[in-house]
Amino acid sequence: MIRVQGLVKRFGYTIVLRGVSLEVPTGQTVVLLGPNGAGKTTLLRILATLLRPNAGQAFVGGHDLIRHPDRVRHLLGYVSHQPLLYPDLSARENLRFYARLYGIEKEDARVSEMLEMVGLGQRADDLVRTFSRGMLQRLTIARALLHNPPVLLLDEPDTGLDPQAAAMLARLLRMVAGEGRTILLTTHNLARGVDFADRVVILSGGRIVVDQPTHALSASDLSELYTNAVTQGAA
Amino acid sequence: MRFLRAVWAIFWKDVRAEFRTKDIFTGMFIFALLAVLIFNFAFELRVENVRQVLPGVIWVAIVFAGMLGLNRSFILELDRGSLEGLLLAPVDRAAIYFGKMLGNLVFMLAVEIVLLPITVVLFNVNVLQPAILLVVFLGTFGFAIVGTVFAAMAVNTRAREVLLPVLLLPVMVPILIAAVKASGNLLNGSTLAEEMGWLRLMGVFDVVFLAVAYMTFDYVLEE
Repeated sequence: MIRVQGLVKRFGYTIVLRGVSLEVPTGQTVVLLGPNGAGKTTLLRILATLLRPNAGQAFVGGHDLIRHPDRVRHLLGYVSHQPLLYPDLSARENLRFYARLYGIEKEDARVSEMLEMVGLGQRADDLVRTFSRGMLQRLTIARALLHNPPVLLLDEPDTGLDPQAAAMLARLLRMVAGEGRTILLTTHNLARGVDFADRVVILSGGRIVVDQPTHALSASDLSELYTNAVTQGAA
Repeated sequence: MRFLRAVWAIFWKDVRAEFRTKDIFTGMFIFALLAVLIFNFAFELRVENVRQVLPGVIWVAIVFAGMLGLNRSFILELDRGSLEGLLLAPVDRAAIYFGKMLGNLVFMLAVEIVLLPITVVLFNVNVLQPAILLVVFLGTFGFAIVGTVFAAMAVNTRAREVLLPVLLLPVMVPILIAAVKASGNLLNGSTLAEEMGWLRLMGVFDVVFLAVAYMTFDYVLEE
């Protein structure tokens, strides 16, 4: 579903991605780990068609990101550090706005369904600026899933959440992952990474230094692997 | 159809959010009102024929207030991070342009609807004539067309507040000259038929830049 080959991205003189290659088959959940500045967000932003790579190729659902970004956008749901919501509109108005942009039929029914799914049905008509961080994040996931995309890119969705909100978000994501979507997730929470994903990929210094399945890994194994990988990548 | 639906969604979202916060309108209106007031005090002492300078006063107020609004319209999107939400949507970038441009046009027209009657009271000159209102509309339309492109271009730069006027004003010169000349002549008794040259210039400017914006906005929004 996602195929990346020799991806290079520079910002001025700084090389953030140095020939990253990665394949994520349909229905697999991959957790992308790495220290700050490793290139995780850059990789996700390229896949989300928000950035152009300097070299290399990337395909989502068989569509080239550079040649057919519009086709790729139909297939993607993206959750970034920011909620991408309008604080002066209600939760319902926000989702209705995005439903219109995505050309969703029967938008009101779909919006109500998504609000119920993320547990915000009771707050649907409240302005988003009155929401807590946890509620915002749930609404963000509803926004990303509104057009029922087969691919979900999640960039540290648990950042800034208290443990209760993080647990609720994890339940929600597990439910979403169970629907057969292809998910690429970045997080700094190693335990959640092992728990949630089928495969772990560690980026360090703009390169993939570890790529292995999670089924045989415990959280402590991953912690050791991560420390070694990051040290090796930095060297 | 999908394109128009996206344009309407973006326009309606901007209008609805603005109706609740009045973030853009308040800033633009206060600036325009202050500009007109200051000119009123200054010219009362020195200028005999207010009709000669009033078109300039009105357009200075409209242009600088408009620039405040244009800046805010994209800065608000950027600060809230919602610009990326627009860019992620599988819609033609031109739909984003038209939605934002229509929003900017409506905000500027709303300021003018309040500002022009105040100008009549302050300067004791009737600018609320259909011909002058047509000139104001064409000029404002041209300003919104070009301004929205440059505001989108400037928003990702560090000196965006400075960059917008530097980029925009030189391009706006033809339409500003046409608008000031046509409104001045109309105030001094000329007819609409006599001012068709200026009106045509504004009409052509609007059409040409609308086409240019439609073709180039894809590249403007690229990082």
